[in-house]
Amino acid sequence: MKLLEINKLSQYFGGLCALNRFSVDFEGGELRALIGPNGAGKTTVFNIVSGFYQASKGDILFGGKSLKGLKPHQVTRQGIARTFQNIRLWNDLTVLDNIRIAQHHKLGYGLWDNFLRTRHYLDREKTITRESMEILEALDLVQFVDELPKNLPYGIQRKVEIARALSIKPKLLLLDEPAAGLNSSDIKGLITLIDWIHKEFDVTIWMIEHQMSVVMSLCTWIQVIDFGSTIAEGTPEQIRNNPAVIKAYLGDDAI
Amino acid sequence: MKKYSIPTLLILLAFGVSLLAYYEIIDLYIQSVIMFIGINIILSSSFNIINGYMGEFACGHAGFMAVGAYVSSILNVALFTQDKVFGAPVLPESMALMFFPFSVIIGGIAAALTGLLVAIPSFKTRGDYLAIITIAANFIITSTIINISSIGGARGFMGMKTIVFAMEDVVDLPWMLIWVFVFTFLCVFLIRRFVTSTYGKGIIAIHQDEIAAEIMSVNTNQMKLVAFMFSSGLAGVAGALFAHILGYINPGSFGILKSTECLVMVYLGGMGSLSGSVISAILFTLLIEGLRFIIPAMDSGLHMVHLLPASYHLSQVWKWVFIPMLLVLLMQFRAEGIMGNRELSDIFPKLKRWYQFK
Repeated sequence: MKLLEINKLSQYFGGLCALNRFSVDFEGGELRALIGPNGAGKTTVFNIVSGFYQASKGDILFGGKSLKGLKPHQVTRQGIARTFQNIRLWNDLTVLDNIRIAQHHKLGYGLWDNFLRTRHYLDREKTITRESMEILEALDLVQFVDELPKNLPYGIQRKVEIARALSIKPKLLLLDEPAAGLNSSDIKGLITLIDWIHKEFDVTIWMIEHQMSVVMSLCTWIQVIDFGSTIAEGTPEQIRNNPAVIKAYLGDDAI
Repeated sequence: MKKYSIPTLLILLAFGVSLLAYYEIIDLYIQSVIMFIGINIILSSSFNIINGYMGEFACGHAGFMAVGAYVSSILNVALFTQDKVFGAPVLPESMALMFFPFSVIIGGIAAALTGLLVAIPSFKTRGDYLAIITIAANFIITSTIINISSIGGARGFMGMKTIVFAMEDVVDLPWMLIWVFVFTFLCVFLIRRFVTSTYGKGIIAIHQDEIAAEIMSVNTNQMKLVAFMFSSGLAGVAGALFAHILGYINPGSFGILKSTECLVMVYLGGMGSLSGSVISAILFTLLIEGLRFIIPAMDSGLHMVHLLPASYHLSQVWKWVFIPMLLVLLMQFRAEGIMGNRELSDIFPKLKRWYQFK
C-alpha cells in the first residue's frame, strides 16, 4: 500500500487557480523535494496535505485512507507532521513545553483526571515528559529545555521546530523551507541532520526548498511545479538539465 | 512539609477569620469586604483563563455571573422558602445548609452552559469581533432577565437572606464566609491544576500561535470550548455566592460595568499570572472600599486648605474617576500588570522552598 497518494488535486482561491491537477505518489521511506519559483503553489500543497485548506478538487489518500474533510489536528493524528516556512514555535513556553504540547493528541487523560491529579494523570504526564526528553536528547537539544524559543539562535529554533514535528512520531514529515534564513555553516549542519533523521527515525520526508545545495545533496527524486502545475520530475541530474525547469526559473531568454 | 504549607495556611486563615466573625470581633462590614475579596479572586482568576492564558479579548464576564446568581438563588428560594411565585417550600429549611454547595455548583453549571453562547462563535472569530460577541452575550443575558417578570425583572430578586438565616439556624456559624473561602480556594486550585497540565497548556499554545497549535495536534475548538465553559462556570459560582451575600440581586448589577471591573482586575494583575489575579483582586477590592474613606478625607482636607468652593463636596462618584485613572497610569507605566505573566515563585525563587502549589 502506498503511503501517500495525491490524485489530481486542484485548489482555487476565488478565480485564481493555485494548484492544477497535482499528483504525487509516495511508497514510503523516500526523501523527496518539491521545488518551484515563488508563488508556484508549493506551500499550498503542504497546506492541503496538513488539512489547513480543503482542496477544491481531487483527493488525498494517506495509508489508503482519505484525508478529505479532516481538521489539521486530525491529520496530525494520522501521522503527518510539518514545520513552517517562518518558524512557528510557541515563544513564551519553554522548549520542553513546546514538545510536550505537541503530544496533545495522545494525552489519554481527561479533564477530571487533570483536576483530581489521579495516578493515571501522573503516569501519562511522566511518560510524555520522558518521551519529549528522549527526542530532545536525540537531537542534542537538552541544554535548551528550559529556555524560551525566542531567546535561542535562529538555527536552534529550526532544530526545535523539527524536534517538535518529530515528537509526534510521524510517518510523513513535511519540511517547508527548512534552510530559509540559515547561514552556510548552519545549512551544512541541516543537511546532515535531515539525512540522519531520515535514516534514524525511519520517516518519509517531503520538503520544499529553495537552496539547491540542500535539495541536490539530499533528495533522490525532485518534483518541480510552476503556476500550480507539475512541469518536471526526476532525479537531481535530470532536473538540473531540464529545459522547462530552467525556463521556469530563469525565463525564456536563458535557453 | 512543603506540600502542606499552603493548605495549612489557608485553613488557619479561614478558621481564624471565621472565629473572629463568630465572636463578632470583626463587624459585618469587614466580613463583607473579606467575602468580596474572595468573589473578586474567583472572578479575576477565572477571567484570566480567557483573557490571559488564552489571549482572547472577552468582556462579558458579568453575564455569566448573573446566570449563576439567578439560577442558584431561584433554586434555593423555590426549594426552601415561602415565595409569591414559587409557592410553599418543597424541602424543610434544615436541609438548606446541605443543599447550598450543590446550588452553587448548579449555578456554575448553568453559567458554563451559557458560556456556549460565546464559546461556539469563538471557533471562527477572534480579536475585536469576539469582544463584540461577548458584550452582546452580556446584554442578551441581562435583558433576558429583565424581561422575565416572574423573577422580578428589572426590580430584582430577593429572598436569599432567608436561606442564609436558615443555614445559621442549623449550625450557628458565619456560613457565607466559610463557603466563600471554600469556593475561592477550590477555584484557584482547579485553575492552577488546569493551566499547569500539558492538556491545559494547549490554551497557552492557542494564545501564542493558533495555527501552529492546530497543526501540532491541539484540538483548538475543543480547547476553546473547555476554556470558555470552565471560565464562565467559575464566574457563575462567584455570582451564586455574590447573590447570597447581598441577599438581593438585580440585572443592573451584572452589566457592562461589572465586566469592566473584571477586566481591570485581570490587566492589573497581569495576563496569564494566577498569583497576579489573586493579588490584583485583593488590591482592587481594598482600593474600592478604601476610597469610601479616602474620598471624604480628601474632601475635608481640600476644604481645609480652601482649594474647593465651600458649596462643593467630593462625592463617592469620584471613585469612577480615580479607578479609570489608575488604569490609564498602569497602561502607561507598567502595561504588563503587576506580575506580567510570571507567578509569585518566579519572582521570588526562594519562596519555592516554603511551598508548592499544584
